[in-house]
Amino acid sequence: MTNSVSVLLLLVAAQLATAVIAVVFSRSASVGRLVYGLSFFISSLAVVLLLFHLLALGEVSRTSLPLGLPWIGANFRLDALSSLFLLIVDFGGAIASLYALGYGRHEDAPHRVLPFYAAFLAGMNLVVLADDAFTFLLSWELMSLTSWALVVAHHRSEANRKAGVIYLVMASFGTFCLLLAFGLLAGSAGAYGFDAIRALPPGPGIAGLVLILALVGAGSKAGLVPLHVWLPLAHPAAPSHVSALMSGVMTKVAIYGFIRIVFDLLGPPAWWWSLVVLALAGITSVMGVLYALMQHDIKRLLAYHTVENVGIIFIGLGLALAFRAYGMVGAGALALTAGLLHAVNHSVFKSLLFFGSGAILTATGERDMEQMGGLIHRMPHTAFAFLVGSAAISALPPLNGFVSEWLTFQAILLSPQLPSWGLKFLVPATGALLALSAALAAACFVKAFGIIFLGRPRSDAATKAREVDRFSLAAMYALVAFCLIIGILPGPFIDLLAPVVKSLMLGQSMPHQSGVAWMSIVPIAESRSSYNGLLVFLFIAVSAWLAALAIHRFASRATRRGPAWDCGAPDPRPITQYSASSFAQPIRRVFGSLVFRARENVVMPPPGDLGPARLDVALIDPVWDGIYKPVSAGILGLADRLNRLQFLTIRQFLMLVFSTLVLLLLVLAIWQ
Amino acid sequence: MAVIVDFAVQGAQMLLVLLLAPLLTGVVRKVKARLTLRRGASVFQPYRDLLRLMRKEVVLAENASWLFRAAPYLIFASTWVAAALVPTFAGGLVFSWTADLIAIISLLGFGRFFLALAGMDIGTSFGGIGSSREMMIASLAEPAMMLTVFSLALIAGSTQLSTVAAMMSSTEMGLRVSLGMALVALIMVAIAENARIPVDNPATHLELTMVHEAMVLEYSGRHLALIELAASLKLILYVSLIACIFVPWGIGAPGAGPLLYAVGAVAYFGKFMIGAFLLGLFETMVAKMRVFRVPDFLGAALMLGLLGTLLLFVSRSL
Repeated sequence: MTNSVSVLLLLVAAQLATAVIAVVFSRSASVGRLVYGLSFFISSLAVVLLLFHLLALGEVSRTSLPLGLPWIGANFRLDALSSLFLLIVDFGGAIASLYALGYGRHEDAPHRVLPFYAAFLAGMNLVVLADDAFTFLLSWELMSLTSWALVVAHHRSEANRKAGVIYLVMASFGTFCLLLAFGLLAGSAGAYGFDAIRALPPGPGIAGLVLILALVGAGSKAGLVPLHVWLPLAHPAAPSHVSALMSGVMTKVAIYGFIRIVFDLLGPPAWWWSLVVLALAGITSVMGVLYALMQHDIKRLLAYHTVENVGIIFIGLGLALAFRAYGMVGAGALALTAGLLHAVNHSVFKSLLFFGSGAILTATGERDMEQMGGLIHRMPHTAFAFLVGSAAISALPPLNGFVSEWLTFQAILLSPQLPSWGLKFLVPATGALLALSAALAAACFVKAFGIIFLGRPRSDAATKAREVDRFSLAAMYALVAFCLIIGILPGPFIDLLAPVVKSLMLGQSMPHQSGVAWMSIVPIAESRSSYNGLLVFLFIAVSAWLAALAIHRFASRATRRGPAWDCGAPDPRPITQYSASSFAQPIRRVFGSLVFRARENVVMPPPGDLGPARLDVALIDPVWDGIYKPVSAGILGLADRLNRLQFLTIRQFLMLVFSTLVLLLLVLAIWQ
Repeated sequence: MAVIVDFAVQGAQMLLVLLLAPLLTGVVRKVKARLTLRRGASVFQPYRDLLRLMRKEVVLAENASWLFRAAPYLIFASTWVAAALVPTFAGGLVFSWTADLIAIISLLGFGRFFLALAGMDIGTSFGGIGSSREMMIASLAEPAMMLTVFSLALIAGSTQLSTVAAMMSSTEMGLRVSLGMALVALIMVAIAENARIPVDNPATHLELTMVHEAMVLEYSGRHLALIELAASLKLILYVSLIACIFVPWGIGAPGAGPLLYAVGAVAYFGKFMIGAFLLGLFETMVAKMRVFRVPDFLGAALMLGLLGTLLLFVSRSL
């Protein structure tokens, strides 16, 4: 047992055994600590192993187990791409388990969470390791079903049950599309092994169809608009460490599925593929953040930001497809690196933010931002961690989110050389959408952080909040460190991605970054563009420190506390503060009337009446009300019609059977 | 030896923007006063204001957090770093490759992020209104700025400011439609970002239409001084940016001797005064617009930026 994939499979088996332990000892009080401790240990081991594998440019290792379909067995393979995504999965798993060591203590029904949690981790590992269509789909379903069980863990709440149903429907739909995609890839010979598919890529027509199916199948799991509807319902419904895993990690597994099928199995891309991907990705990124701005529920807001960031990742992937279709592999390597690095970054800061939301939930028992306020005084550590996460997701230098968005912009600036006219118009538009979503994300996180942590407490719960336990804080601070390290020293992380990019971009990757002077990153040439996170960080830190030093030394350091000024008329009632919805109101007016057909209705009391004035805002979700409602109404209507078939007489039934038979024979006759 | 000179030039650039920034504010105020037939304060008044504020004690609201106290330093530092990276009298500075144009925009975004958060820290309605509107304006201004950068980067083949400036001053650069659009868009963004008329009014204090001043209402003493200084730095950044891209003449090439640097400094001072005069003139001539007209104004900038970029995607010579 020397090859890495066998060791990883052993770790997956250990993870599954943990799930069994969780079932067997479900009545014991300390089983939570045991399960999360074991999961933390197993995932950390996997992270160490994978790091060695990726750094040593480990060769492809594979193994087969005599499970599954008898004539192919279950095949597993570890190459550069799967190592990277396993690293995301296991790192996310390790940190979430560490967090849960503290957070999980507040769980009132641990037996509904623990077994599925361990199995969920195992399922995600298996998807990435799978090397044939059958194992892939089976693991995909394991991942979907265990996460579904976690979504409905708190099944007494009506909203969670609804989220569970919608998630189940969308997950089945997604898997169905992937099933068809693999069916088409396997061809008439039924070659389900990935090697066999790779050796015999399908023709252009079939390949296009597979692309669409993969985009719908994997995109529905990742949260591409308009397939995202389940995501903001399901991710927040689960316990917070699971929300972090679903948002930070499971969406990456879906992206892995897309990359595996489209970049690896499908052969050389056609030019129009990128058109479809880019259009969807651009819309996803802006719609995601606009939805988020309209939310007051902190976890739902974060879930919508996952939609946005998945859009940004897909922009990188779409550009990479475009460049590869025209043989510009150098530019393609840059775009692909940008997409992959954003996937890594998003898993880091989104986990951090969900952990923060879990800490707030523990401390206040609230998810509604309008009930919070002033938590920075009560929970200083959580506030700091959440602040770093907010700055990172808003793509502010010198944090990690900025680096990957910067690389994406650099890739966009290389695209005028693309010969296709469709892309010449679409790429700048996508760039504009990306810039818009970055700016709106900053607005959204000013709102989130400002309403939750700043200002004065808006409820009793917020007044009495207390800082959370040490495990949760340790997990958050670990992620804070990664946000800073990747942002300040991005070079080594870009180099870590190089073998992955090489394997997907015909042997081309971005130039080696670790050796560049002063640890800058230089995507193409220094005269063209460069960025140095370390110096930006140092410059800001040093000049802020110098300014503070000089002013305190030579001018004044006297400070006095007094009541707030507020233009001379401060009002002590917390309700006079800006609320989340009032903060978002200007943006709602600018964008909402266009996208959500937002209408504000003000009802003023008649003169002399002392009753309150009322403001109602009506939003129409273009995706839910425009696509899903008609479709589900159509399906229900059709089902009602078909229901009549139940009440036929025996003669009518026989007639039905007979006519079906005749029809089928006719079809067969014409076909021949 | 060359390294020491390079570092000295970089240091001079950092000090120059820091020392000139309040002067720009003073000159603009003087121009506006003279145009409305007032005598106006001395152009050096902003320096006196800053010194006086720095010596005063800070009055903090009772529930102010550490963020409120740290934010002025962070805002000042990020704005100063950004302003020091825009070439004024010399191009190709030692640290010019630290951050390209996209990173400079994001550095300003960093400052804005903390300013908006600080506005919400005390929990007053004025702070909230300022932060909310600032972020709404930024959500349109930043993409417009980014698209302007796209056009410039596509023309110059680089997002590096020194390279862009060198490219713009070379003879092969003729008049282009896309450059004109970029210039107009950039000026519109600069007006909005610096809270100038017609988007915001830097002189009002007790009016519901204000944005920037509402956010900093709770600040006093040295904190307020730093924020005012950062605002001046932001203004000088935009003036330098427009000057170095659209009138790049006189900027000393890397390694030019002291004489050329002196020429560059004189040329820069000339551009600085012209910029201040034009801004004062413009502000005197137009009226402040309603807050909800601002999106139309910035939307126009966004569209101009997008149009310029699209033209360049279609043909490199437009």
